Amino acid sequence: MNDSFVAPAVDWLYLAPILVVLGAGVVGVLIEAFVPARVRRTVQVVLALLATAAAFALVVVLWRDPAVQGSDVAPYGVRVLGGSMVIDPFGLAVQGIVVLLAFLAILVIADRTSTGQDAFAPSAAAVPGSPYEDLTRRKGLEQTEVYPLVLFAVGGMMIFPATGNLLVMFVALEVLSLPLYVLSAMARRRRLLSQEASFKYFLLGAFASALFVFGVALVYGFAGSVDLVEVYRSLATPGGPLASMPGLVVVGALLVLAGLLFKIGAAPFHAWTPDVYQGAPTPITGFMAACTKAAAFGALLRVLYVVSLGLAQSSPATREDLFVALWVVTLLTMVVGTVVGAVQTDVKRLLAYSSIAHAGFILVGVVGFSQLSLRATVFYLLVYGLATVGAFAVVTLVRETAPVRERVPATVGAGEAGAPDNPSDDSGEQPVAVLGEATHLAQWAGLGRRSPWLAGTFSLFLLSMAGIPLTAGFVAKFTAFGAAIAGPDGQGGGSTWVLAVVGVLASAVAVFFYVRIIVLMFFTAPAGGADEGSGEGAGASEGAGVTVVRSAGPTTVAIAVCALGVLLLGVFPSPVLDLAAEAVKFVP
Amino acid sequence: MTTSVPWLSLLVAWPLVGAAAVWLTAAARTRGVGAGALRAVRGVALAAALVEVALLVATFTAFDTSAAGTHQLTETYPWIPQIGASYAVGADGVALALVALSVVLVPLVVLAAWKEQDGDVRRLRHYLALVLLLEAFMVAVFVARDVFLFYVLFEAMLVPVYFMIGGFGVGARRRYAAVKFLLFSLAGGLIMLAAVIALYVQVPIDPATGARPEDAFLTSNLVGYFAENPMPVTTERLLFLGFFLAFAIKAPLFPVHTWLPDAAQHAPAGTSTLLVGVLDKVGTFGMLTLCLPLFPHASTWAAPVVVVLAVVSILYGALMAIGQSDLMRLIAYTSVSHFGFIVLGIFAFTSLSVSGSSLYMVNHGISTGALFLLAGFLIARHPERSQRIADYGGLQKVVPVLAGTFLVAGLSALSLPGLSTFVSEIMVLVGTFARSPWAALVAVLGVVLAALYVLLTYQRIFTGGTREGLDELPDLGAREKWVVAPLVVVLLVLGLYPAPALDLVREPAEVTLSDLAVAGVEDPPRSDPFADADGTLVEGQASHVTRSTDEGSES
Repeated sequence: MNDSFVAPAVDWLYLAPILVVLGAGVVGVLIEAFVPARVRRTVQVVLALLATAAAFALVVVLWRDPAVQGSDVAPYGVRVLGGSMVIDPFGLAVQGIVVLLAFLAILVIADRTSTGQDAFAPSAAAVPGSPYEDLTRRKGLEQTEVYPLVLFAVGGMMIFPATGNLLVMFVALEVLSLPLYVLSAMARRRRLLSQEASFKYFLLGAFASALFVFGVALVYGFAGSVDLVEVYRSLATPGGPLASMPGLVVVGALLVLAGLLFKIGAAPFHAWTPDVYQGAPTPITGFMAACTKAAAFGALLRVLYVVSLGLAQSSPATREDLFVALWVVTLLTMVVGTVVGAVQTDVKRLLAYSSIAHAGFILVGVVGFSQLSLRATVFYLLVYGLATVGAFAVVTLVRETAPVRERVPATVGAGEAGAPDNPSDDSGEQPVAVLGEATHLAQWAGLGRRSPWLAGTFSLFLLSMAGIPLTAGFVAKFTAFGAAIAGPDGQGGGSTWVLAVVGVLASAVAVFFYVRIIVLMFFTAPAGGADEGSGEGAGASEGAGVTVVRSAGPTTVAIAVCALGVLLLGVFPSPVLDLAAEAVKFVP
Repeated sequence: MTTSVPWLSLLVAWPLVGAAAVWLTAAARTRGVGAGALRAVRGVALAAALVEVALLVATFTAFDTSAAGTHQLTETYPWIPQIGASYAVGADGVALALVALSVVLVPLVVLAAWKEQDGDVRRLRHYLALVLLLEAFMVAVFVARDVFLFYVLFEAMLVPVYFMIGGFGVGARRRYAAVKFLLFSLAGGLIMLAAVIALYVQVPIDPATGARPEDAFLTSNLVGYFAENPMPVTTERLLFLGFFLAFAIKAPLFPVHTWLPDAAQHAPAGTSTLLVGVLDKVGTFGMLTLCLPLFPHASTWAAPVVVVLAVVSILYGALMAIGQSDLMRLIAYTSVSHFGFIVLGIFAFTSLSVSGSSLYMVNHGISTGALFLLAGFLIARHPERSQRIADYGGLQKVVPVLAGTFLVAGLSALSLPGLSTFVSEIMVLVGTFARSPWAALVAVLGVVLAALYVLLTYQRIFTGGTREGLDELPDLGAREKWVVAPLVVVLLVLGLYPAPALDLVREPAEVTLSDLAVAGVEDPPRSDPFADADGTLVEGQASHVTRSTDEGSES
């Protein structure tokens, strides 16, 4: 990372953040092979945290780099490897958000809580329910491959928004996706659900990748290059390919965008989201929901701006067509996310639909299509990511309990230490085992009375997602809808304000289901309690208790950082908005 | 004009300190003796609220009543310059009067909540902390001079109220009431959000910086700008509707009032007092200070409809009140009726009616506050905590002091001459008569109906034979007398000598009318006999006040 590394052709320095993360991933694989099992987990966790922290530090260093920021005489941004990587303020901003959120997510992933178990299967290869699986449990095996996998995914997410080459973008898409497919299948509990989620994710993801790659091929067909600069040039030439083969242009662009919209989780490409979010291990869900979305929006904006600016030069009508499609996607995404979200009964599914809705809200800002949009998107991604990582981190701590006579893993003995904390369990003499997460909404009833702090922070995240003022979500929504109302000319021209109005109405629906959880946590007696009219408590899994396990530390830190971030960005968003405003500089 | 002592910021910040103190006191002593912790929590909360009253008195000394039409004690700091938002506070007469109302009501609510929540320290500490938190929001929203800041507070206020109803309320359907309250308010608020953003977009981009001014959201800047560069007609009307809908829900105006009876029925009496007494005033206050100055043309365009809605509210609220069997719902419906009067006065566009409405807001807060608190005391005495009027009867002999104060509060609701509400109601009616006589005439029916719902209720609860099981009820204790006495005194004093309050609201009304002048609204000639009879009003008419220029282009 210093001068001795600089090869003549490649400006390695500008790739340093990515290299650090991917390098750490490779080292992580070696650690799996050579470090004794006793300390392997510790080493992996430390390595992963150090790598993401170092990558963040490097992003900050690069941010201040004069070549990146540009000056009066020189344009901003650096093209490395002939444009395969484009290091500009926008890409760096997204990279920074990704590694920051990844750092927090890794904290959650690494937490074994007071039960002494992490969220991952002892051996993901074991057939669920088989004697072999039982054996791995009793042996107390742990899969520390999780950490290198996460690092590889982060590496892919960092390349994704920072490349100016569609093929590299495709490679990045796969690099970030493949580890996520694997990670989704590794839940310790509800293994079948987890594997199903992974399978669905893989199938649909492969489908989306195919769309993307086909789109790239079509783009190559008319532009003769996969370099975005060339694509722009070709599109901007009046009478160029657009005149001779307009269908190719539109279909190619739409297919590429469809591939990206899939990763974002925008309707109608959202079908995988609820299943995957529900089935995947919760810490991974948090990581995936926050970081993938940030990276994919970065890539989407880059492609969209190139295509749109190019078309604006030669054929505004075609551009309009493209935007109609984007409008439809935006509207659908908001409506599906909020309306279907309103009837969910599982916390993770509900958060999944909320994430779909947020994709829609961010798209509202994107469609505004001005400098304001970029600023809004960058800010929104950060805010959404903080609330999401925090919310899923809270979910990891709320667990089901069952009387210990049931068949439970031997290692759960440590879990009994957690039991006395739970005064609501009347079976004082009978130890209870802490099981998986209590994700049914009914099980969250009365959480606010037993764990006011946990429920309070969760409410904070929900309020932020709902966009209540004095939380970061409000400022984010304000900027995003503001960009849409201001429109491309910044003066209220265009008709994107319609999207903002729909967005506002969708927010009102979304508030309803966020508030429903808050009502449950604070105003409803726990299931089985004799509170009047607790209609939702009826369907709870009878007999199973609910407890809150203590974090071993990292999750608490992550939740605290997220909560603090959500509050600070809500009350004093100014400095970060400034940074986000700087991030609107783009190299096509 | 920035004063050396930031009185208004102090008024905003102190309740926050108080809330934290209440919370920490209880947290420190929860494991100690229950009674000791309870005393500590109550003491800290009451002390915090009383210090706030002292701060208010100090603020009044710093306030120049002779210039009540301008915003004084202003403070302006950039907050989020990227989106044109500033932390800008300042109070004119109306704002200060409403701040005073909230600050005075809070200690009484704290005192009234003494025995609520069954003496459970943990619940009481949350409740009292929420009350103080809410006080900070209430004060801040009235003194906000920045549309963005106003909006933020307008929405953020919902959260503590939501918890106060849903978490500490009474009855099986309190969660339903809380959610209904929240969803109604949020739906209105979010539509207002779209309008707020669109309003900001109307401000032109400064070519020098390539962005909008960093203080674009200052109310005075917006008003000044749009007075010179009117928006397109349709835009202005849409934005007006966005703001007005939110305020109408908050106020609440027929037909978007339905959340209020539910909320009031299920909230603790103290919460209802603050909710109806102060919070709902934010709706009418917003109409007065944002809708009218920002959208003068649209306001005059919408005025006929709004006036009709206001008159319907007056009659509908009164009729519904007569038909209620639940005491708290009844009081809520009387408020719907009274809010009709306030909105009627605002949209009658005469300086008399507008100043009358401003005064009405304060008087109604005191009158309704007294009614809610007394009803709370009454219900707390019932062995089954019944809110049904039919479960009471003949209590005049059992609890004479309670009955007497209830009667005074009730008479203030029907605007008996000699009580402060009479002054404001007559101002609204006379002012409205000059603009639209028929509206005033129909509205007068509301006064007659008010007599019905007040006196009938009094008769059913306090006269006749005492019901079984109710003949041993204790009368108001010392604490409860302390709660009610200040309110009754204010009702009487301002009824007999309204000049101090009138001084506060008269000039702001003139400023509002001068803001409306661009839409061609003139104060109608003062031919009504009442104004001639009352010297102070004529005098106010003589001094023509306009929004001063230094304030119009603050930067």
